[in-house]
Parts: sequence; structure tokens; C-alpha cells
Amino acid sequence: MLPIQYFLGLSIILFTIGTLGVLIRRNAIIIFMSVELMLNSANLAFVAFSHMHQVLNGQVFVFFTMAVAAAEVGVGLALIVSIFKAKQSINIDDINNLRG
Amino acid sequence: MSQSFYFFSLAPWVVFFPVIGLLFNMFFGGWILEKSPHGEKIVGWIASIAAGLSFVVAVLLGVSLLSQPDGQIVALAEWIAIGDLNIQWAFQVDTLSVTMMLVVAGVGTLIHIYSIGYMHEDVRHHHDISRYRRFFVFMNLFIAMMMILVSSNNYLMLFVGWEGVGLCSYLLIGFWYDKGKDGIGNSIAAKKAFVVNRIGDFGFLLASFIVFWAFGTFEFTSIFEQAPEVAAAYPAVLVAITVFMLIGVTGKSAQLPLYVWLPDAMAGPTPVSALIHAATMVTAGVYLIARSYAIYSLVPFSQNLVTLVGAVTALFAATIAVGQFDIKKVLAYSTVSQLGFMVAAVGMGAVVAGKFHLVTHAVFKALLFLSAGSVIQGVERGHHYAEHHSNHNKTENQARDFEKDLDPQDMRNMGGIKDRMKITFWVFLSGALALSGIPVFAGFWSKDEILAEARELNTTAYILLSLAALLTAFYITRQVLLVFFGKPRSVAAEHAQESPPIMTVPLIILASLSAIGGILNLPHIHTFTHWLEHTFGHIHAGEFVISVAAISTGLGLIGIFLSWLIYNPQRYERFFATPPAKRPDDPLRRIIGPLFEASNNKWWVDELYAAIIVNPYKKLAKFLAMNVDWKFWHDWFHDKVLVGGFNRFADFLTIKIDLGVIDATANGLGDLTKKVAASLRKIQTGYVRNYALSIFLGMVIILGYLIFR
Repeated sequence: MLPIQYFLGLSIILFTIGTLGVLIRRNAIIIFMSVELMLNSANLAFVAFSHMHQVLNGQVFVFFTMAVAAAEVGVGLALIVSIFKAKQSINIDDINNLRG
Repeated sequence: MSQSFYFFSLAPWVVFFPVIGLLFNMFFGGWILEKSPHGEKIVGWIASIAAGLSFVVAVLLGVSLLSQPDGQIVALAEWIAIGDLNIQWAFQVDTLSVTMMLVVAGVGTLIHIYSIGYMHEDVRHHHDISRYRRFFVFMNLFIAMMMILVSSNNYLMLFVGWEGVGLCSYLLIGFWYDKGKDGIGNSIAAKKAFVVNRIGDFGFLLASFIVFWAFGTFEFTSIFEQAPEVAAAYPAVLVAITVFMLIGVTGKSAQLPLYVWLPDAMAGPTPVSALIHAATMVTAGVYLIARSYAIYSLVPFSQNLVTLVGAVTALFAATIAVGQFDIKKVLAYSTVSQLGFMVAAVGMGAVVAGKFHLVTHAVFKALLFLSAGSVIQGVERGHHYAEHHSNHNKTENQARDFEKDLDPQDMRNMGGIKDRMKITFWVFLSGALALSGIPVFAGFWSKDEILAEARELNTTAYILLSLAALLTAFYITRQVLLVFFGKPRSVAAEHAQESPPIMTVPLIILASLSAIGGILNLPHIHTFTHWLEHTFGHIHAGEFVISVAAISTGLGLIGIFLSWLIYNPQRYERFFATPPAKRPDDPLRRIIGPLFEASNNKWWVDELYAAIIVNPYKKLAKFLAMNVDWKFWHDWFHDKVLVGGFNRFADFLTIKIDLGVIDATANGLGDLTKKVAASLRKIQTGYVRNYALSIFLGMVIILGYLIFR
């Protein structure tokens, strides 16, 4: 059985990639994908710990996360569609209406 | 006995009846005058009946006193109660007060009835019927106030009446407020009466204060009981009381030096002159001294002073009366002079003689004034008749132009009225004989009693009063001759008409009273003396001294004779026939020259007062008004100090405090917020990743804190 550190290392790597993706990329869909990546890294950590401690709480939590993520994707993609309809672009640097 | 006792409790009604009358006329009089064709008579009779009922009550009280001569104090209500001080509104019913009530209500009622006729002319001339109501309301108010004055049992309530009659006097002198010199002469006369009376009232007030300080009460009975003890302990206090009271008396009873208001008071309607300024109000001072006899009798100094003031006034005013041409002014100075007799009498302790003269004088002087009023209106009627008549005859009209502004009170415009106003003549003659002190007439007995007492008690006063009696006979004869005898000296006098019965009947009643009034206190019978003894205790009864009577009668006859010599109709007609430029205005001027000038000008007393008191006072008032009040208080203190200081303080508050501190704080906060906001808005880039980065960093920091804490 692989030690927990491997799982957590992968989780951190995935989370970091996701974070950097959110911060650096401009394509809204890519950013969305990055967010999904961050969620899934967290899911990986949950599952890993769940397995280590032999309790099912973590696994149950993952299902919750996936359900919420699915809902989020639904809402998010709908947002992106209507942004695209309005702006003909999904480059988030073009969407800076909240600038002070 | 028990029934007569019952009457004492009626005492307050002597005040209530006139008050009811005046309230009724005040509220309904205007309506009655408007609605009823006989409105004048109704209003006048209501007032007269109110006064008459007051007289009835006074008579009932008098009847009760016959069986219960010590009288009673009738308490009506509690008035002032402060701590131990408890002043009641109480009526003192004794022989002295009831005598005054009888005079006030009796003479007052007759004058009210007379006024119904007299004031009708006033309404006719002014075409304003509401004046009728005003007149009778004031008259009833006067009766009520006079009753309060004479019936009170303490000095404070007496003072209420004292001021009340002063007010009525003021109101009625100024009744024709739009007439007189420059249209305000009568108002000025009213004001003068008020102000001069105020000087007297100040004396009376001080006297009351000292009385209260010394005796601790205002009530007559207890004051008079304590008076001997206080006199023994602090003689100066009683001197002060009596002297200050004398000042009050000189104001109200028109004695030297405050008599000057009374002649001017003749500006009022003649019934007012008769009621207030001859018969009743002016005798209030005499009443006051008589009432305070118990105090005065302890202070010989004040007694002498009062006697001297009275006697000098009697002579002084008589000398002025000689040189007057106005029919009412002669009577006014005569009143001052006769009041001098009374004051002198009560001053020297001859209270009964003084009161006796007060009663007879009230009757015959009211009579003289009222018949003078009748003469004046008769002449006015003649004047109107002549005017009306001459309108049909142009040439006559031109000849009579000078009569347009005829003075109906100037005796030089009269003459021969005897044949035209017969009743008025006979009643006036009765009053004149009473005034000159011709035997059998009322004035003889009372004046003689005063003179008899004076010879015994105070020789100086006796001489002064005798001379005054001589002059009295002289001036009243002059008046009778000028007014009634000879030929008419003006068209108005020629057409003078007798007054209506409503005026002549009261005159006839008064005339009979002044003819037979002497029976009140005939020598050796002393009805009046015994009557008043119940109030004053045992008093010295004035003995009838035949020599004094002879001398005074002789003086009166000499006065009449001298007057006849100078003013007899034939002589005066010859004198009058000379053109006015070539003769003096009066035959007497030829004989005594400058003295007549002095008499005619009233010894320049008004001018003297103007020079030494009125003008300096006005100057002082002007100085105070212009310099002290206006320049100092207004311009400097108010404008500079108060307003300037306030403005400077307000400036300081506005500019320094409000703008500098409060506004600056508020604005500064706003500016600060704006600046902070301006710098903070730069953070808001609108780029999603910036927000994401901040959230990320925030998470890192929070987690870092949670981990490393």
C-alpha cells in the first residue's frame, strides 16, 4: 500500500496547477477547468485520508463535492454562455466592469 | 329692637345697589337706548333708583342707630389673610359713617335725577346717545366707591374707596374729553386732577403704612384704642401719621397746596361738579380727619397744622373766587374755601361743627352748582334760539356774529335771568343765602358753629375764617347780581329758558333743605352733636355765642352790602354801557386794581407751580428721557454694550467655533473619507484574477496563522 505522502503530494501538485491555472489563464473555460482540478485535488486528499483512517466520512464528503461541483459547472457554463452572448468573448480580462 | 338690629346687616347694600345699577346699565343700557324711544329716561331712572335704594338703606341704618346708637361692624368677607394679618371687608355702621352715607346717597340721588334732564342736552348736542349710558355708569360707580370709602372699618378698605372716587372723578372730569382748549383741555384737566390726587394719595399711603407699622392693624377700633399708648411711647410716630394723612387730605379735599386740581375739574359736566367736586368726594378728606379724630386729638401740633391749612385755604380761595368770571369757577373756589372751613373745624377738634358744615355745605353747594348748570343750559337754549331766529334776519345775524362763540358760563354774558328762569333764581338765591351765612338758612348755623368753636380754640383761625366769611358773602352776592339781576347782556341771556321739571324739582328739594337744614343742630338742642357723640365719645358741644353770631352775620351783611354797592344793577348797567375798550373788565378792578388782577389770575399759583415744579419736572423728565434713557441706556448701554457685545460674541461663535471647529471637523471627516476612498479604489481593478489572488493570499494568511499560531 502506498504511503499517504504520495497521495498528498499528488493532491498538492494538482491543487497548485489548478491555482496557477485560475490565476494565470484568461480563458474562462480553462479557469473553470482549473477550478475543477482544485476541487478534485481536494477530493483526492479526502479519499486518501478516508482510506488511511478506514472511515467513510471522507468518501461521503467527496460525493457531496462532486454533486456541488456538477451544480457549479451547470451555473458556471450558463454564465459563460450569456457573457459570451453579450461580449462575444470569454477572455476574462475583457470583463472588468467592477473596476473602481 | 331685634328688628332694627336686623337692618345693620343691610349695610353692604349701600354699595351693592349702585353696583347693580351700574352693571345693569353697562350691559343693557346700550340696548335700551337703542330700542326704546324713552331709553334715556329708563337708563337715567335705573341709575337714580340704584342711588335711591342706597339712600333707603342708609335711612334704615340711621333708624336702626336710633335704637342701637353704638352701631355695629358688619363683616362681609375675608379680604386679605396673610399669617397673622387678617383684613376683613367689613362695614362700620356708626353715626359718623351713616351721616356720610345719608349725604352721599341723598344728595347723590337728587343729582342723578337732575342729570336725567341735564344730560339730555348733552346727547342733543353731540348726537351720540351712548354717552348717556357712560355718564350714569360712572355716576353709579362713584356712589359705590364713595360708599366703600365712608363705610369701611379699616384704612385699607377706605383707601380702595379713596382711589375709586379719584378714578371716577378723573373719568367724569374728562367726560367731554374732546372739548376744552385745543380739543384736549378737558383731558388735561382730568389728568391734572388725577396726578395731583396721586400726590395726596402718596401721603395717605405713607400714613397707612406707618399706622400698620405702629399698630399692626388697619382697623379703626383697635387703632383708636391703642392710640393713647402709642402716643405716650412714640409721639413722633403719631405726628408722622397725622402729617402724612394731612397730605392726603389736602389732595382729596383740595386744600393748600394741592387745591389746584379742583377749579380745573369744572371741565366736567355740572352734575359731576355738584356731586363729586362739591358735595361728596372732596369731603372725603374732612371725613378722614373726623374718622381719625382719636389720633389727631393726641397730637396738638398736627391739629394746629390742619387748622391753619384749612383756615388759610378758606381765606385764600375766597380771595380768588372774587375775581372770577366763570359761573362755575366762582363756585369751585367757593368750594375750596368752604372745605377750608370744614378742615379747620375738624382740625381744631370741633368735629361736630365740621361735619355739620359738611352736611349743610353738601346740600347748598350741590344746589348752587345744579342751579348754575340750569342757568348755563338756559343760556345755551337762549343762544340756540337766537341763532335759529337770526337765520331769518340777515342784518341781525351780522350784528350778532360775536355771539357765535358765546361762552355760556361767562357771567358777563348773563344778567336779567331772574325774570326768565324764576325757579332757578329762587333756588339759587336760597343756596347763596345759605352760603353767605344769613340767619335761618342752613349755612348760618353750621358756619357759625365753626366760628364759635374757632374763637374759643384758635384765634388765628377765627380771624382768617371770619375774613373768608366776609369775602364769601361778597363773591356770592356778586355772582347773584351779575347772573340774575339787571338787563340781559347778551341775546342768549335775553332768550334764556327755564329748565324742565326733572331738573327743577331736585333743585326745589335741595333749596328747601338748604333753607331749613339748620334744624339738624340748633343751639341748645344739639341733635347732631348727640348723634355723633356715639362715635366720638363725649365731645364738646359748640355753644351758640350770640356775639359770634352777630359778628358773622354782620360780616355777611357787610359783604352783601359792599357787593351791592359795586355791582348793583343800575351801576353795572352804566358800567357795561361803556365800550369794552374804555373800561376794565370788572368794576372792582377800578377800586382795588392789582389785587383784582391777582385774584383774577388766581394769585398766579398755577404759574408758580409750573415754574417751580411742573417745568423743572418736565425738564428733568426730558433729560431722563433724552439723555439718560435714550442716549445712555438706549444708544450706549443697549446698542453699544448689549447689542455690540452680543454681536461680537456671536461673531466669535460663528467664525471661530462654528466654522473653525464644528464645520471643520465635519468637513475634515468628509475629506478624509474621500481621500481614503480615492486611494482604496485603485485596488478595485475589476480583473477576476486579482480578486482570486487576494482570496488566495487571504486564505494562505489565515491558514498560516491557524497553523503557526
